[in-house]
Amino acid sequence: MGKKKLSFNDLQNSSTPKKTLGWFFLVVTCIKVLLFPSYRSTDFEVHRNWLAITHSLPLSQWYFDETSPWTLDYPPFFAYFERFLSILAYQVDPQIVHLQEGLNYSSNKVVFFQRATIILSDLSLLYGVYRLTQKLDLRMQKLIWSLVIWSPMLLIVDHVHFQYNGFLIGILLISLSYLEEGRDLLGGFVFAVLLCFKHLFAVAAPVYFIYLLRHYCWGGIVRGFSRLLIMGGLVATVFAFAFGPFFHLGQIQQVIQRLFPFGRGLCHAYWAPNFWVFYIMSDKGLAFILRKLGFNIQIPAASFTAGLVGDASPFAVLPRITPSMTFIMVLLALSPCLFKAWKNPRPQMITRWIAYAYTCGFLFGWHVHEKASLHFVIPLAFVAAQTREDAKHYFLLSIVSCYSLFPLLFEAQEYPIKVLLLLLHFILMRSGFSAQFYNRDETRATSGHTKKTVDQFESEGSLSVDVKNNGFVIGLIERIYLAGLVVVEIWGQFLHPLLFGDKLAFMPLMLISVYCALGIMYSWIWQLRSIVKSH
Amino acid sequence: MGKNTKKNTTTYEDVNDNTWFWLIQKGTTTTTFTTITLFALLIRFMVSLYPYSGSGNPPKFGDFEAQRHWMEITINVPIREWYRNGTDNDLSYWGLDYPPLTAYQSFLHGIFLRFFCPHCVSLFDSRGHESYLGKQLMRWTVISSDVLIFFPAVLYFLIVHYKQPSPSRKSDLAWHTTMLLLNPCLILIDHGHFQFNCISLGFTVAAVAAILSGKDLVGSVLYCLALNHKQMSAYFAPAFFSHLLGKCLRRQHPLLEVSKLGLVVLGTFVAVWWPYLYSTNSALEVLSRLAPFERGIFEDYVANFWCATSILIKWKRLFATGPLKLLSFSATIISCFPSMVQQIKSPSNQGFLYGLLNSSLSFYLFSFQVHEKSILLPLLPATLLAMEEPFIFRWFMQFAMLSMFPLMVRDGLIIPYFALFALFFLVLNAPGQQKVRDNNFLSNYLGSTSMHLILCCSLILHIVYLTMQPPKKYPFLFEAMIMNLCFSQFVIVTLGYNIKQWMLNKPEKLEEIEKKLI
Repeated sequence: MGKKKLSFNDLQNSSTPKKTLGWFFLVVTCIKVLLFPSYRSTDFEVHRNWLAITHSLPLSQWYFDETSPWTLDYPPFFAYFERFLSILAYQVDPQIVHLQEGLNYSSNKVVFFQRATIILSDLSLLYGVYRLTQKLDLRMQKLIWSLVIWSPMLLIVDHVHFQYNGFLIGILLISLSYLEEGRDLLGGFVFAVLLCFKHLFAVAAPVYFIYLLRHYCWGGIVRGFSRLLIMGGLVATVFAFAFGPFFHLGQIQQVIQRLFPFGRGLCHAYWAPNFWVFYIMSDKGLAFILRKLGFNIQIPAASFTAGLVGDASPFAVLPRITPSMTFIMVLLALSPCLFKAWKNPRPQMITRWIAYAYTCGFLFGWHVHEKASLHFVIPLAFVAAQTREDAKHYFLLSIVSCYSLFPLLFEAQEYPIKVLLLLLHFILMRSGFSAQFYNRDETRATSGHTKKTVDQFESEGSLSVDVKNNGFVIGLIERIYLAGLVVVEIWGQFLHPLLFGDKLAFMPLMLISVYCALGIMYSWIWQLRSIVKSH
Repeated sequence: MGKNTKKNTTTYEDVNDNTWFWLIQKGTTTTTFTTITLFALLIRFMVSLYPYSGSGNPPKFGDFEAQRHWMEITINVPIREWYRNGTDNDLSYWGLDYPPLTAYQSFLHGIFLRFFCPHCVSLFDSRGHESYLGKQLMRWTVISSDVLIFFPAVLYFLIVHYKQPSPSRKSDLAWHTTMLLLNPCLILIDHGHFQFNCISLGFTVAAVAAILSGKDLVGSVLYCLALNHKQMSAYFAPAFFSHLLGKCLRRQHPLLEVSKLGLVVLGTFVAVWWPYLYSTNSALEVLSRLAPFERGIFEDYVANFWCATSILIKWKRLFATGPLKLLSFSATIISCFPSMVQQIKSPSNQGFLYGLLNSSLSFYLFSFQVHEKSILLPLLPATLLAMEEPFIFRWFMQFAMLSMFPLMVRDGLIIPYFALFALFFLVLNAPGQQKVRDNNFLSNYLGSTSMHLILCCSLILHIVYLTMQPPKKYPFLFEAMIMNLCFSQFVIVTLGYNIKQWMLNKPEKLEEIEKKLI
């Protein structure tokens, strides 16, 4: 009887992964649709304006138009993508794509249309997830799907705040899936396409370069060079398709200027929780202490966010930071990973390396947005369930980075939604990981490997020895840190307004930045350590 | 902790059976309930983003304004004047027409609103008040009522209904919880359209749970509270009455039991109505507000007998209100009579749930002044019985949704309507889930072809209603078509549930015979 049932289940499961994945996607689609009338940021108007630019103007004007302050600053493929969407938009309502009359257009039609385009473009995420998980067993698949397809971060950033991250990360995942399968040429090709959609993904380019060079091109001079030429030619073709028309028009300099606006400051308006938060804070602290000691410290005139206006340094004591310095720091942070990739280019490690590269870019980059944390949190989900340690790390990281997105949605209406999304993510992740590791131990036990290695963290809390592995328990320090998030949130939402009123209004945001930066720094060190330790 | 480990060792029998219940199979029942609760809450908050009934539609607005106006009245006018026309209380502008418990609830919520937004509820000035903050606060009042009353009541019911936790029942439990908390009709009406059905339905569920666990007196008190929040809860009265009577008759001192129940009911009513009992006049004044007979046998298009048959028989023209009242009253009683008799004859927990369903269905189909929203009442026991009758439940839910569709279109809730509809079916048909037992009479009776045909009709009606203009001569043609389709299905569902209720007796009889033989 038992056997029969098992085989029936196996039969059922083997035939249903696609259906199940579709189910996961449809469920979240319902939620996305329900989010239609929620708050949307200026990014919504940015994308609407791009629809108008690409629809109403000839190609030669795309990167010159300044009708709206939200000028086109994504690479050409994204502009082509907007051009494609604008055809549909014109069918829905011509006003959407009108350059002047469409400015700040916000009827239901335009909102629903643009929101729907995001939902549809998420199909690339679906495909990427499908490709990357197709070899795993169903239990693992479901866990990963629930982490990625139901990611609260994607819901918050894409479907409330309004951006196309799901679409772009989907392309990244497709590229990673090719690399993991060993189809390096396709992987490189897709990555080149991705770079022509959004150049910020270029942070991982060094890793790609080293990996492809060693894994694809290495081996024999003739074979190596011919492969290098093939890969180079392919990438060059992609770039030619993207930038060729603008090169032909002699606008390449203008395009580059638009793509890399270094006129912006070191930090974004809301400080992304990265290394520079600590730098700024220590500068402030030092200035305060030195002033107390009687030194004459000028209050800097420039701000971190406004950019390199004039020659004024935004720092009072510490040396000022330039874009090239951040660039070097990112490369330095990347170097251990590059070294590993050079020494032993293993397809199984590529997802970790790419995620690590984006972590470095996030921590040390110039003018980083808090949303960029998606670039490493989503790929890391695919390796999160491999070991218990991975799971613990991912658990902490995804909660912290989701929490760091909270300031994006600042209106009362969305407050309960973001909190509930995070709570649900928390619970699903916990039970998902528990189920994952519970079962793993059970199968291990039945197959003879009865190791009695009781983790230090796991033994605590469970009194009886019988339950040596009740799945998934995070460590004490992590727990305290996560509890701290609740304190930070309560402080920012309730106690601060109660105690200080409107004074020091930047304090809660700063606190969130600093506190989350701690978590992200921890994650960076953890990833670095695991990469260095890996063979 | 001990509970935790016990569960862990047993749950792995049905590993991989369910798709999304896989997420909760590791956890305890508490985790299950928490997860589903949070999800249900999330859905409620998201539906709250959408417009409420009558938003931006002066001068009368809609149910949202009515509820807000009651808050305004109850916190600014002395309690005795609430139901009385006066200088401060113009009853022709959304006068209170629900029993006192609704008024008390409005009072509490009014205080809450006044704390955060005084001008939202200031007397006279706040009429037609619409603001971002006002909307948020009002939405919060409904959601908090849901969390404080409906959710615990559902939990109570589940605890009573699933007394012995067993692994196979665990996924059932999760499924059933989801059905109860994600009922799309209830969410759309309460959190989209704006009403407080969650309170009266919550009290009803709690009452049912109490009676199922043998606490008849507690159950009666809770049911009286439901009745005193919305008089529509009387749809369940025949079932409560017959089941409790049937139970009492089986006890040692039937008369004593009945009088105990009667006293409890009377006591609850006195407590709730206390401020209006100082004179007969004032009590009658309140009472007259609750029975709006002057509004006709039906108002808008509703999928009940009177509206559906009015195409052929013009009830409103043929009869005066008086005879119509009598007619509808007797039709209601006759139609719920069989189920009452069954409960008095052999009261059982299962039969009680069927009785609730059948009596509320007959009220919906035959009583006076039924709203399309009243479908929520029969839908509640149908959800409680979802485990036993998954197929009829699904069928019923489909047409309950369809019957509310015109209302949703009027309220601008088309998107959440379809989203929740889709979500409901996705949850119902989670892949890998054990197939629901389809041993039902409905599919046998209707045959799969005709069922698909009916479903097609429903789909086409959705599309037609959204895209096409009705002919000028019959402006309500599509509404009438929708309601007639729904009515026909409701009749089938009613017959089905009635037959089921009567079939409950049979196995018992067989057992008795067997016992006798032994």
